[in-house]
Amino acid sequence: MSNTPSLWRAPRLSMRWLPVFRRHLLVWRKLLIPSLVGNIAEPLITLVAFGYGLGALVGQVQLGGVAVPYILFLASGSICMSAMNAASFEALYSAFSRMHVQRTWDGIMNAPIQLDDVLMAEMLWAAFKSLFTISVILLVMLVLDISHSPMLLLAWPLLGLVGIVFSSIALIFNALAKGYDFFTYYFTLFLTPTMFLSGVFFPRDQLPGFMQVISEFLPLTAAVELIRPLFMDQWPEHGLRHLAVLLVYAVGGFWVALALTRKRFKS
Amino acid sequence: MNRDTSPSIFSVRSLSKRYGSTTVVNDLSFSIAPGECLGVIGPNGAGKTTTIRMCLGLATPDAGEVSFFPGGGAPALQMPADALAIKARLGIVSQFDSLDPDFSCAENLLVFGRYFSMPDALIKSRIPQLLEFASLTHKADAKLSELSGGMKRRLSLARALVNDPQLLLLDEPTTGLDPQARHLMWERLQRLVQQGKSILLTTHFMDEAERLCNRLLVLDHGKKMTEGTPRDLIANNLEPDVVEVYGQGALALAESPLKALAARTEVSGETVFFYTQDAKALLAALADYPQLRTLHRPANLEDLFLKLTGRQIREDA
Repeated sequence: MSNTPSLWRAPRLSMRWLPVFRRHLLVWRKLLIPSLVGNIAEPLITLVAFGYGLGALVGQVQLGGVAVPYILFLASGSICMSAMNAASFEALYSAFSRMHVQRTWDGIMNAPIQLDDVLMAEMLWAAFKSLFTISVILLVMLVLDISHSPMLLLAWPLLGLVGIVFSSIALIFNALAKGYDFFTYYFTLFLTPTMFLSGVFFPRDQLPGFMQVISEFLPLTAAVELIRPLFMDQWPEHGLRHLAVLLVYAVGGFWVALALTRKRFKS
Repeated sequence: MNRDTSPSIFSVRSLSKRYGSTTVVNDLSFSIAPGECLGVIGPNGAGKTTTIRMCLGLATPDAGEVSFFPGGGAPALQMPADALAIKARLGIVSQFDSLDPDFSCAENLLVFGRYFSMPDALIKSRIPQLLEFASLTHKADAKLSELSGGMKRRLSLARALVNDPQLLLLDEPTTGLDPQARHLMWERLQRLVQQGKSILLTTHFMDEAERLCNRLLVLDHGKKMTEGTPRDLIANNLEPDVVEVYGQGALALAESPLKALAARTEVSGETVFFYTQDAKALLAALADYPQLRTLHRPANLEDLFLKLTGRQIREDA
C-alpha cells in the first residue's frame, strides 16, 4: 500500500494550531522587553532620522500630482516595510530555531497535532508579532501627529495581511534552510532590494524603466500602494488589484511553504 | 481485525520501509498486549527508530499496517488515517529531548497538555503528581537549563504521561544517562508497568531490556531475528554457561583440545568465549593455565545479542 500522499495536497485545516500559537505567545511574554526593543525601536529610529533629517532637505514629494510632506510619505511606506521585516525575522530565525535547533516541532507532533497545524501556527504567529509591532508604531505616529486619517482603521488590518504575506513567503525559505546563514541570502538578495524597489523611501517613478516593471510584481509594492493613500485619507487607486496581489502571495506562499516543509519532514 | 481474537493493544503487520536501495525495515510484525512491556533491541542502524517513526505516522511505510486497539468496544484505529486519534492515546519519549528551554518544568507540562486539547484546570490538577513521579517537585519552577540530563529525561517521561496514555513509546529512554539516573528511570518505568501501562521500548542496553521487558524482539538489518521472553530467548538460543578466558596465550586455546569441552567457542579481541552445558570439565582443564584469567558466568542477553547480531562494529552506525 505505497500510497504516499501528494506534497501539494491542500492544507488540512483545523483549530489545532491554537495551542501551538499559545505556546509561542507564552515564550514571547517572557522575552517581551528585548523583543520590543528590536522590533519597534529600530523602525522608529529610522523613521525619525530619515523623516525629519531627510525630510528637511526634501520637503515634499509629488505623488500623483499632489504634494505630500516627506515624513508622511516615508511613514506610510516604512510601516509596510516594518510589517515585512518583523514577519520575516520571526518566520525565519525564530521558526528555524523551533523547527531545527530546539526540535520543538518534533515534540509538538508527538501530540495529536500535525505538521500543517504547526506551520499554520508559525505563519499566524509571525503575522501576529508583525501586527503587534506595527500597532505600536502606528500609535507613535498618531502621537507624533504624522497622520490622523480615520482610514488608518482600515490600514491596520491590511498591515496584518502584509504580515501574513511575508511570513508565508519566509516560511518557504525556512523549509529550504540548512542553517541560519541561508537567511542572509534572503535578506540581502530579496528583502533589501524589495525595500528600495517598492516605493518606501522614494516614489517608484524615479526608478529606471525595467526596475519599475519588476517593482510592479513585488508584494511590498502592492502593500505600499494600498496602504499609503489611507494615511492621506484617500482611497487607493486600483485598491482591489493590490489586495488581490497580496492575497495571491499569501495563499500561494503558504501553499508552497507547506509543500516544501512536508518534503523536509517526509522520510 | 476482530477484537475478541486479538487481545493486543497495538500491532504492526508486515511493515517495510526502504530509503533508496536500502531496506531499513523488512517485513516486520509484532504486537503488544495490554499491560505488557515489549523491548525492541538491536544494534545502531537496525531500524529501531524508523520503526518507531512509522508507528507514530511520522514516516510512511512502503508496505504494512500499524493498528491501535483502544478497547472498551471502540473500533480499531489505523495509521496514518487515524494518526491524531492514535496519538491522543500515546505517550512518547523520543531519543532526543524536545523539551521547551524557555519554560519551567511545570510550564512544559502545561503547554504540552494543551496540545491534547485538555482544559488547563485538568492539566494543572495533574502537574503535581507528574512532577512527583519524576522526582522534580522541588524543580517545578526551575528553568530547563538548571536540570541535569537525568532530570530532563524524567521530565520528558512525565510530559509523555500528561494525557494519561494507554501505550508508551520510549525510544532509547536512558541513553546518555549515568548509572544513578538510569536506575531511577528504570524504577519509574517498572512502576508504570505495575500500573498496567503498555510500553514499547527500544534500547541497546541488555540489562535494561532484561530488567524491564516481559518480551523482547531482536531486530537487525530491519528484520526480526527472534522474539520471546528474556529467559526463553537465552534458554532456547544459548548454552547456559559461559567461560571467558583472557591473558597471555589465551587465544591459542580457541584451537586447542579444550575446544572439545565446549559446545561453541568464540574469539573477540583478546578474549576467548566458551559456551557450554556444563563448565566443570572445562574449568578443571583451565586450572593447568594459571597465568590466564577466567570468568565463569551464566549466559545472558548480551551473549544472545552478540550471537544474533555479530561482534562486528557497525561502521555505518
